[in-house]
Amino acid sequence: MSETTIQGQQVATVLHGHDDHHGHDHHHEESFISKYVFSMDHKMIAKQFLITGMIWAIIGGLFSVLFRIQLGYPDATFPILEDIFGKWAQGGKISPDFYYALVTMHGTILVFFVLTAGLSGTFANFLIPLQIGARDMASPMLNMLSYWFFFGASIVMFASLFVQTGPASGGWTIYPPLSALGQASEGSKIGMDLWLVSMALFIVSSLLGGLNYISTILNMRTKGMSMTRLPLTIWAIFFTAVLGVLSFPVLLSGAILLLFDRNLGTSFYLSDIVVKGEILPNEGGSAILFQHLFWFLGHPEVYIILLPAMGMVSEVLSINSRKPIFGYMAMVVSLFAIATLAFLVWAHHMFVTGLNPFLGAFFVLLTLLIAIPSAIKVFNWLTTLWKGNLRFTPAMLFAVGFVSLFISGGLTGIFLGNSTLDIHLHDTYFVVAHFHIVMGVASFFGMFAGVYHWFPKMYGRYMNNTLAYIHFWVTLAGAYLIFWPMHYQGFAGMPRRYYDFSNWESFKHFGDLNQFISTVSMIVFAAQLLMVFNFFYSIFKGRKVTSENPWGANTLEWTTPVNPGHGNWPGDIPEVHRWAYDYGKDGKDFIAQTEPVGEHESKH
Amino acid sequence: MSGYFILAILVLAFIVIFQIAKASEYVSVLKGEEQTFQQNNRINAFLFLVFLVLGLAGAYWCNELFYDRTLLGTPAASEHGEKIDFMMWITLAITGLVFLLTQILLFWFAYKYQYTEKRQAFYYPHNNKLEFLWTAVPAIFLSVLVGFGLYYWFGMTKDAPKDAQIVEITGKQFNWMVRYPGKDGVLGRKNYRLTDASNGNALGVDWEDASSHDDIEATEMHLVVGKTVKLVINAQDVIHDVGLPHFRMKMDAVPGIPTTIWFTPKYTTEEMKKITGNKDFVYEISCDQMCGSGHYSMKGIIVVETQDEYNRWLAEKKPQYLTVKEAAAPAAPAADTTARPIAQAIN
Ligand code: HEM
Ligand SMILES: [Cu+2]
Ligand SMILES: [Cu+2]
Repeated sequence: MSETTIQGQQVATVLHGHDDHHGHDHHHEESFISKYVFSMDHKMIAKQFLITGMIWAIIGGLFSVLFRIQLGYPDATFPILEDIFGKWAQGGKISPDFYYALVTMHGTILVFFVLTAGLSGTFANFLIPLQIGARDMASPMLNMLSYWFFFGASIVMFASLFVQTGPASGGWTIYPPLSALGQASEGSKIGMDLWLVSMALFIVSSLLGGLNYISTILNMRTKGMSMTRLPLTIWAIFFTAVLGVLSFPVLLSGAILLLFDRNLGTSFYLSDIVVKGEILPNEGGSAILFQHLFWFLGHPEVYIILLPAMGMVSEVLSINSRKPIFGYMAMVVSLFAIATLAFLVWAHHMFVTGLNPFLGAFFVLLTLLIAIPSAIKVFNWLTTLWKGNLRFTPAMLFAVGFVSLFISGGLTGIFLGNSTLDIHLHDTYFVVAHFHIVMGVASFFGMFAGVYHWFPKMYGRYMNNTLAYIHFWVTLAGAYLIFWPMHYQGFAGMPRRYYDFSNWESFKHFGDLNQFISTVSMIVFAAQLLMVFNFFYSIFKGRKVTSENPWGANTLEWTTPVNPGHGNWPGDIPEVHRWAYDYGKDGKDFIAQTEPVGEHESKH
Repeated sequence: MSGYFILAILVLAFIVIFQIAKASEYVSVLKGEEQTFQQNNRINAFLFLVFLVLGLAGAYWCNELFYDRTLLGTPAASEHGEKIDFMMWITLAITGLVFLLTQILLFWFAYKYQYTEKRQAFYYPHNNKLEFLWTAVPAIFLSVLVGFGLYYWFGMTKDAPKDAQIVEITGKQFNWMVRYPGKDGVLGRKNYRLTDASNGNALGVDWEDASSHDDIEATEMHLVVGKTVKLVINAQDVIHDVGLPHFRMKMDAVPGIPTTIWFTPKYTTEEMKKITGNKDFVYEISCDQMCGSGHYSMKGIIVVETQDEYNRWLAEKKPQYLTVKEAAAPAAPAADTTARPIAQAIN
């Protein structure tokens, strides 16, 4: 016992800055503002990210319901739409400009604001200090700023929804020249400037957050917490942060050049353009340059979205199988391989832009290489379930659902990554099906698993199980019902980002399917509202958590009090003696990381 | 009105579900947590099994419903397309097997290894042989796919055969413009600054270049069956994309950077009507790159026909240069007399 105390003191000296701060908190009542608004407690910042993300998710989801109305019922009119949206839905029918604005905002919001900020922001902030054994982030101040830059980005993006010419509407990939020329589209007027400014703020937020996550993980682990003892959540978040820090600046530069082209008359992306009869002076730019810059972020971005979900799923699967994660080192190495390869495949989004075919061949090779670490992960998850003793908590359900979706969506990536097939499938509904399943829905499943699993730690209460079960089954079934048939539309060559197919001899025969998909998407959206309701209701009225470690988990966050204060552990930070996955070892249900290795314990 | 009605029903449904959920929580307290947990666990494990069975059945049914509406069952209308289809089938077969294997294992494990008090989970942290197995096997299959893929890829993206017919297609918001090089086989030089649609020069052709004088402009693209065509693809304002689903071809149209593709049409439009059983069949060019609010309506038509039919169609076309000159000098009947011979000559 005395040993622990000494080590605890050592930790305290190393982290003295934080400890002072921690002590300080105990003596003063925090004001409302410093506790809930400009909070520097990583747990509160995590909740701020989560709740902001949830609000954005509702908005982004609602947009998809609106544009699915158009796709599912292209001939119907809904006067209620005109009541609400005025000129954007004249005669109760969504206008093309409105449709494209909705699609663009849907993509932007869900990719960046929900699945990047909402997901990483929440769980990196919440879990890093708690799981590595630190009192807070390396820089709580930067951490707070990271949230407030995100908030600023949110405000600007939200404001762009209300400008007269509407928000950006050229797709979330905002390819110039369309996004550079106000003459070419309503959404390329002021809405596009706001989009770019908002994203610039967003990138600052993401960099502040990312640098903080990296330095915290590298420097502030508690005694005994070597890198190879880290839970996979932390490894995943670590690689996510590295990806973000290295790739977001490239998007920032691309966005700034676009701002220049838009407002200062430069020609980075513009050349030989006649738009609506007007001959523009710009010469010598390359529209394709932007795509390189965009996808140099864009592809890592899809893994920025997915990796945290993978980490949480690994953790939740292991805990609820009562078995160690299978192949911990292979899991870490495959995360590393994915993160590295993620930087080397961006041009697989550009096979049909006129890219040099020889160059394209390298991107084919590297892209299909990513399938190998992905396969390793899948088989390791399956083996983790094998001969386990599975407890289907809501988090566990979503984790299993995640694996199913990741398989389905990952396999279609093998089609698209092979340039020969991509010639036919590029920019069809096949791509829509691919990335929604593998990235959109799968990452949401990872996020739901995280929310249901760590809600007791966040609020000291449980969420309602019955609502969670309904939420899970409706969402899983709905996701497949919506996106599975889209592969068939893709095989028919049906292009994405079409407002109406009825004038096309080649694509008009999917009317009934589109209607079906739209109807299911509304039901699925309603199920998400159920989850949001469950979340907020349970914060105040949920069943109370009575034990510190409700799931019987090994990691450090479950050694804190049920409602940890700022600083996380009232006494010394615990020391770590083992990896995070000793479940079912030597006949013991679980052995916490804080437990010293016993004399007669078997090796693994 | 109906909108508000639906909203009201939704809210009602919400309240009902919520009340049930709350009640079930009280029941669980009464019954004891352990027992409720076990009961829920059994239900969810069983549902996973149900999901697997229904899911596979649903996938089969979905295929029954939609297979015929895809292009998988329709022969590709170009030689490149046939190769792409062949690869698609190889890839479908391999990924399909992996899909079945992994999804069945996943849901079966979820059902089989559901919690029971009797079982103790098996402590099995790693096994390097297994890891090696599932690194190597996917690597082998992927190599096969990459091999096939790149072989075809290089075959399709290499330079077009020398004797290929050249056709230029230019996208602008929101339609396609087609230009044929005429008898000399050379497309006249262009300069975007000369673009002047109201004076018959929508493409910005430089009339100073004599090779432009026999170029023919059209709104529909006519191709000869069995004859290789090379498309030179341009855009004037924003990026568009020449999407040719039946030929399985696609290429972006980028302002300032011309791109090309080539392929050999295999069936005439008439033949495709028979093959597809659709008497309204047409080869459509779909714009496949978001280009603004009219993107979804940016349609072009390709007519594939026999050489004779093609010759007849072309004979009726007059070089754009002559049209422009005539318009500029309406009083000069001489231009008219020269027009016919030239148009005939370029066949
Ligand atoms: C086996 C692994 C994967 C491969 C080989 C792969 C390949 C591809 C390719 C080639 C495309 C471009 C398709 C096209 O536009 O024609 C694509 C699109 C996309 N992929 Fe994947 N992918 C894989 C996994 C993932 C994962 C894990 C995610 C997300 C976490 C993801 C997210 C996306 C997104 C968002 C797009 C669409 C971007 C857009 O055009 O809007 N993919 N994928
Ligand atoms: Cu990618
Ligand atoms: Cu278009």
